[in-house]
Amino acid sequence: MNQIDLKQLTAPPNSWHMLRTLAGVGIFCSLLIVATYQATLPVITTKKLEKLQEAVFNVLPGAASKANFRLTPDGRFEPFEGTPKGETLVYAGYDRQGKLVGIALEAYGQGFQDVLHIIYGYSPEKQAVVGIQVLESKETPGLGDKIEKDPAFLANFEALDVSLSGDGQIQNAITAVKKGEKQQPYEIECITGATISSKAITAILQKSTGEFIPMLMKNLATFEK
Amino acid sequence: MSKINKTLEIRTSPHIVRGLSTDDIMRNVVWALLPVAGFAVYTFGLTALVMLSVATLSCVLSEHILCRLNGRESTIGDWSITITGLLYGLTLPPGLPLWMVAVGGFIAVGLGKFLFGGLGYNVFNPALVGRAFLQAAFPVAMTTWHPAFADGRFFSLDGATLTVPFMEPVYTAVTGATPLAAMKFAQQPTAAYDLVFGFTSGSAGETSALFILAGGAYLAVRNMLNWRIPAAIFATVALLSGILHAIDPQHYAGPMFMLFSGGLMLGAVFMATDMVATPLTNRGVIIYGVLIAVLTVMIRYWGGLPEGVMYAILFANAASRHIDRLVQPRVYGTLKQAKRGS
Amino acid sequence: MANDLFKMPETAVSTDEFIKGLWRENPVFVQVLGMCPVLAVTNSGINAIAMGLATTFVLVMSNILVSSLRKVIPKQVRIATYILIIATFVTVVEYLIQAISLDLHKALGAFISLIVVNCVILGRAEAFASKNTLANSFLDGLGMGLGFTFALLCLGVVREILGSGTIFGIGLFPDGFQSWVVMILPGGGFFTMGAWLLFFNWLKERNKKREAALSESGTGVK
Repeated sequence: MNQIDLKQLTAPPNSWHMLRTLAGVGIFCSLLIVATYQATLPVITTKKLEKLQEAVFNVLPGAASKANFRLTPDGRFEPFEGTPKGETLVYAGYDRQGKLVGIALEAYGQGFQDVLHIIYGYSPEKQAVVGIQVLESKETPGLGDKIEKDPAFLANFEALDVSLSGDGQIQNAITAVKKGEKQQPYEIECITGATISSKAITAILQKSTGEFIPMLMKNLATFEK
Repeated sequence: MSKINKTLEIRTSPHIVRGLSTDDIMRNVVWALLPVAGFAVYTFGLTALVMLSVATLSCVLSEHILCRLNGRESTIGDWSITITGLLYGLTLPPGLPLWMVAVGGFIAVGLGKFLFGGLGYNVFNPALVGRAFLQAAFPVAMTTWHPAFADGRFFSLDGATLTVPFMEPVYTAVTGATPLAAMKFAQQPTAAYDLVFGFTSGSAGETSALFILAGGAYLAVRNMLNWRIPAAIFATVALLSGILHAIDPQHYAGPMFMLFSGGLMLGAVFMATDMVATPLTNRGVIIYGVLIAVLTVMIRYWGGLPEGVMYAILFANAASRHIDRLVQPRVYGTLKQAKRGS
Repeated sequence: MANDLFKMPETAVSTDEFIKGLWRENPVFVQVLGMCPVLAVTNSGINAIAMGLATTFVLVMSNILVSSLRKVIPKQVRIATYILIIATFVTVVEYLIQAISLDLHKALGAFISLIVVNCVILGRAEAFASKNTLANSFLDGLGMGLGFTFALLCLGVVREILGSGTIFGIGLFPDGFQSWVVMILPGGGFFTMGAWLLFFNWLKERNKKREAALSESGTGVK
């Protein structure tokens, strides 16, 4: 035993031997990864879809079914099915009678630490944001992540006014105010101790609503069933 | 001291012993702190009195218990822990729930002092370690300020003071903003007169620059405090803020405001001068003071927090051993070049 | 190291290889290895368990593979091969966690992928699996993995109780609990880790003293 070890130690490295080992282990490993990927892919895809659906229903109270729409380059919307590949999607929610409840939109923006990814529901009837959910965030646990669950903060988005003025633009831009100072339906009350995260949400909503809601209202007929 | 330190000390001459013991110095520091504490009680009333007592008691008790647990003789007799406790209390917002005060007191003594080996071995100022922990653990409670000179303050406690342990405090009184927060978040300067005499809101002991300076002067005259540290801090802060203020008065508050607002006075006079956690040489303490001042100014102007004295001092505490190495005096009889080898 | 190379590998299956990882050579509390996930993802009990089990899975599988290939792998490319094997199992575990729960995957974040660089795993492959039989390597991986999980759980439980007032998501306190924000942040990981190390070292010292006292009185030596 000792003899062999000694020989192996002193012998020059055998390139063929090394190559064979690395290639062999490499092939085995890649097979293993591909097999796992194939096995788990359907489960992961369904889970992700379910999660999105749940989020859409969550931000559009009263919705019972949803349909996906794609933003076309000329600023219109068309029904879309299948897996999205970089398209901008909006999700229309319908109640049991098939009446349009509202439209859910995704929005991104810089938070306190990393990009915030949110989804919010817009009701054309109320001309207001009717719900919001944070899909991804790395805000400080215990402070900034209150934007995800603080009931007082989420109450801001039960009916946040984003009505359009005559020229088809948002009448009053959404603004952030200190806690206890909310007077207008388009104001968002910040969370004490999480001002930066609250303001980040405000900024994301302000930008996204300003961009999309005039477009949605122009094409409202597309979404009606 | 000899009770704790049983190792044989070998020193070069001179072997003159001065009749000044730890207890003597510490007792004098307590005298110097009493007016500051007294003014805190006058400003914030019963709330501050109760908070300061709990802060001091929690530190003293923690020290006693930890000493006993470790099989050592209790060192509460030498007054040093009383000072730590009192100083710790003076850095806290007066309306802080008492259970948080006690938790911080235990952390200050346990983490800041005891784990490093007790009196004479602490790397950081224990009082500030306790405060830094509270700031990180309870940021909202630590930045909610009890109003100064409220009516009936001598007979009623702040609603949050008696919060049940582990519960979130509910604030009943209207809270006041500190001059620094008002400046940083609302660009509202406070009058210099109010700052000097302490007619503002803030931590219990930081409001009255006058009493702090008087206490510091008393200690400096008795040679129980190295005056170079506060002097270096004040000079550097004044210089830096003066330059920046001249460039852009809209964004950068002037030297008067920077010197007399927030915890700079309290920190520079009583915290930064902790005898254990500071450099040993006179050149060293000046570098140390400048470091604190630069960090404070940077955090206040460009940081996310309105106040930065605490972090500046803790950072400089950690650096003080390295400062010592930097300015090590040459051993008598050796050549200058030879120093490099060591 | 040089001595190890000439040592005859242990062939008998020994349960001690399993037990040592749990306590005597605990990867976290004794070897202080793999600190990154220990400090970063232990902000709740569930996260700690998930991270611990994922690491255990990778540890056991890579130990098995490395041990069974130990006579084939030339020593010049052994580290590259180990890393390849470890990275494969980490990728597998990442897909599995995603399939089990998206929320858990989100909570653990990048730290699943970072299991690759956890020095406990490469350490066991190099120091143990490459020199020992398959059965012993399996036991070693399992023991070390469970020891790692135990340590993570110790931190996770304390941090969750203080940081969110819950344990495994179940509330412990009435409404209005004041959470200790620092405990959920990485800083709290350092505090908790320090406290546990203090506790375990104190325990060990005490046991040592007791044993010393016992052996002294047992032999009758004063």
